Amino acid sequence: MSVIKKPAMKGVQRGLSPTPFHDFLAPMNLEQSWMDWAGFLSPRHFESIESEYFAIRNQATVFDVSPMRKYRIAGPDALTVMNRLVTRNVAKMRDNRVAYSIWCDEDGNVIDDGTVFRFTATDFRLCCQEPQFSWLNDVAWGFDVEIVDESLDVAGLSLQGPTSYAVLKAAGFNGVETMKPFDIRHFDDGVTVSRTGFTGDLGYELWVPNDKAAALWQHLFAAGRIHGLKPVGYEAVEMTRIEAGLLLPGKDFQSSHHALRSTRGRTPFELGFGWMVDFGKGHFNGRRALLKAKETGPRYMVVGLDIDGNKPAYDALVYHRGKVEAGHVTSALWSPTCKRNLAFAMLKAPYGIGVTDDLFVEIYRDKEGKWEKGLARARIVNRRFFDYPRRAATPPALY
Amino acid sequence: MTEVSGKNGKAGRYDAIVVGAGHNGLTAGAYLAKAGLKTLIVEKNDYIGGAAVSRELHEGWTYSNCSYVCSLLRPEVARDLELGRHGLQVIPYEGGATFLNNGDHFGSYAEHNAFRREIQRHSPIDADAYDRYSRYIMRQCRFIRPLLLRTPPDPVSMRPKDLQEMMFLLKRFHDLGAREMADMLRFWTMSVGEFLDEFFESEVLKAHFAGSGIIGTGLGVYSPGTAYVLLHHYMGDVDGSIGAWGFTRGGMGGVSKALSLAFMEAGGEIVTGSGINHFLTENGQVSGVVLDNGDVYEASTVVSNMDVRRTFLEHVEEGELDGDFIKAVKRFKIRGSSGKLNIALDSLPDFPALPPNSILMQGDMHASESLDELERAYDDWKVGKWSEEPYFDMLIPSQIDPTLTHPGKHMMTVFVQYAPYELAGGESWNGPARQAFADTVINKIARHSPGFRDKIVHMEVRTPWDIENEVGLTEGNIFQGELTFDQLLFNRPVPGYAQYRSPIKGLYLCGSSAHPGGGVMAAPGANAAREVLSDMGRAAVGNGVMGRAA
Ligand SMILES: Cc1cc2nc3c(=O)[nH]c(=O)nc-3n(C[C@H](O)[C@H](O)[C@H](O)COP(=O)(O)OP(=O)(O)OC[C@H]3O[C@@H](n4cnc5c(N)ncnc54)[C@H](O)[C@@H]3O)c2cc1C
Repeated sequence: MSVIKKPAMKGVQRGLSPTPFHDFLAPMNLEQSWMDWAGFLSPRHFESIESEYFAIRNQATVFDVSPMRKYRIAGPDALTVMNRLVTRNVAKMRDNRVAYSIWCDEDGNVIDDGTVFRFTATDFRLCCQEPQFSWLNDVAWGFDVEIVDESLDVAGLSLQGPTSYAVLKAAGFNGVETMKPFDIRHFDDGVTVSRTGFTGDLGYELWVPNDKAAALWQHLFAAGRIHGLKPVGYEAVEMTRIEAGLLLPGKDFQSSHHALRSTRGRTPFELGFGWMVDFGKGHFNGRRALLKAKETGPRYMVVGLDIDGNKPAYDALVYHRGKVEAGHVTSALWSPTCKRNLAFAMLKAPYGIGVTDDLFVEIYRDKEGKWEKGLARARIVNRRFFDYPRRAATPPALY
Repeated sequence: MTEVSGKNGKAGRYDAIVVGAGHNGLTAGAYLAKAGLKTLIVEKNDYIGGAAVSRELHEGWTYSNCSYVCSLLRPEVARDLELGRHGLQVIPYEGGATFLNNGDHFGSYAEHNAFRREIQRHSPIDADAYDRYSRYIMRQCRFIRPLLLRTPPDPVSMRPKDLQEMMFLLKRFHDLGAREMADMLRFWTMSVGEFLDEFFESEVLKAHFAGSGIIGTGLGVYSPGTAYVLLHHYMGDVDGSIGAWGFTRGGMGGVSKALSLAFMEAGGEIVTGSGINHFLTENGQVSGVVLDNGDVYEASTVVSNMDVRRTFLEHVEEGELDGDFIKAVKRFKIRGSSGKLNIALDSLPDFPALPPNSILMQGDMHASESLDELERAYDDWKVGKWSEEPYFDMLIPSQIDPTLTHPGKHMMTVFVQYAPYELAGGESWNGPARQAFADTVINKIARHSPGFRDKIVHMEVRTPWDIENEVGLTEGNIFQGELTFDQLLFNRPVPGYAQYRSPIKGLYLCGSSAHPGGGVMAAPGANAAREVLSDMGRAAVGNGVMGRAA
């Protein structure tokens, strides 16, 4: 069932590996500022975080997403297996469409989130942050599918920003104009394009076999220069992710596969993902527990916060009426585009559910070596802080 | 251990006497002395440390003669007794490998990414299974670690302290949730083989991990109870990194040395070179000890660092004890199953299976490639033979520790499983068998390290018989009694006597026979001292360990 590659003798590489785009990234990374993303050298930033952030919101940018885990699930039972895995109903997806989804363990706690690529009813790709190979094999046990870990074979570039469409047009990707959000299109040289991304802006993700990666990069940059195309690092993408209201596993919630404490798991309802749970599609992992959880109601709630002042509320505790601890901030940011002080917070029931007023966050300020503590008022708001029509316009505007 | 002087008196009176200068005896002694008791430790050997000892048996090479790596040592004890100031340093090692007969290896990297790639090389599916496995083990660790420095409750007692402690246990258990409770019960009683089979498919990976489940145990990888033994080897830490193991600078005697310095600084005295012959008792109350050399020391509190069998079956008049108690002590499983080679090497051995200059060499190396091979190794033990294809845990600490030998020379420690206490046909260990056992091991090492034999400058060979004779560990059992569920918590060492006390008033146990068991942990010693002081109504030093007496 699983494809096992013949082991190479003499061991493995230590340290971080280069991605297929590394030779292009390295000279542009002025401070050689790298981080570990799934064992790969991933850029934190290239020049300045600000310039990269504004490039995402004004022009076009690429972020190397090759370290994402990619699994191919193919075979007669592929659709059944995918529907056993995720909470959404992939039978409702059309071919060549992507759906954002989550998957749960048998207690109904979320394991991870990711994107489901449906090429056909017998051929899917799952794209996610955390390794899921053995979990997928567990879920697929007894079904007629083949699961291949494509993580090391497929490179990815996330092309995001208002001129990303213009870049693709200029690069000769004919037909992108008709691509709607979450559409997939296949192009020459093995390039697959999906209209997806992690920034909440107009954008695409380009997937390509490793050996075609360099050619794709060169082609895109040749066409993209006049559209302001530049590479960006994790820090800028992280800012746009928060603005877009997207949760990051490991930060905004803990994967139930990683939590040591059995009380750290969170159901989709507690993460605001109730809309992704389809009870009508038949059995899936966690269904029984989720039916029960729906009845008993959420124990926690992840909320978006709009906070007074301009100091980001990193790691802050949230208080009700300034006294009772109601939860804590998981992600925070001063948003240069929304001009608001934003955060996600994990609140413990009844806060965020029955009790939504009178919330405050505790913020520490370093006043030149003297620390001051203050309480800033926080209001619960829709966590899709940044939501511009250009994200979904089809055909997109040509800037 | 030349630093240990102590005054060599012929007789004397003390507030407390500790019998045995193993690391637990030293720990108990240090807490008692620090609490202001006039304390004496008597040790049968000319040196201290018991199974935590460093000795130079060949000029220029210091061996860790018994225990060789450190993880279990309780940080609370290290803090209370200021072991850092007294010279203790534990350096975590990174790496480890299992050599395969086809010339390949399985490498155990501390570095997450490299380890993942390595597992993936052997089995893609096992790479993420490893993450799930680690989490499972960590959950078990979270349950057990807080119990190590607590006295187990007496489950049938109605004393408030016992009830309270029982509630504490139950609450921790209850907090696990339904699934984990079930997992835990299975885990504590299942075999390490079955446990690993549930997670992994790669044979070599399973064999690599399984070693910790059989070390020091008269059980095979498919014997129930061995999964817990694996946990016992995971629940320690080096500076908070749970599951990590390290080398003690100067060898494992460094632990005992630091403890002895803490003890002596607090006014304690150590007398070495003559063991106790028997405990003195008066009307069911201990009153002192008589040494083999005839010296007599008096105290109404005596703490035995010897294992439970040796303490009660060899040094207490049988008439002083109830038959049932004696029976329970006799029943206590303490089977020897391990041997050890300590080797002085002229230069660093070569392991062609590993990448050149690999960090994997700095950790624990093995050459058992499957659970089947390990089970067969156990089969030999059952019929009174040492394993034809032994499991070994082999390390070269001199790569990291410059104090062990001259630059360029090396000290190797090879722990060997299995070796029976009694050889088939009544053959004596103290004869050609010892060398034949060593040859079996050396031959296996040499299969993976060409030219190994030529590098050997000196070698100390330790069979279960040698370990019993030198350290006093009955049958050579390294843990002072096996670590199976029936011999843990309130059943350790025997039901009704898990709180360090004994049927003889004033006589306590502080060795690894008591909760939470063997390993260089210092927990039994610290827990015993707490009970002693509590019975005396005395306050104790430290905030880590003291104050939770049963
Ligand atoms: C070969 C071997 C390898 C090991 N490897 C490791 C390892 O790598 N890591 C680890 O954590 N643990 C290891 N262990 C286990 C660990 O070393 C022991 O469990 C631990 O050291 C026991 O300490 P203790 O103080 O309880 O008892 P002991 O060390 O057994 O101390 C008992 C003391 O009492 C003395 N004594 C005995 N009889 C008398 C008498 N009649 N009068 C006076 N004194 C007496 C003995 O000489 C000894 O000093 C190993 C053990 C062995 C044998």
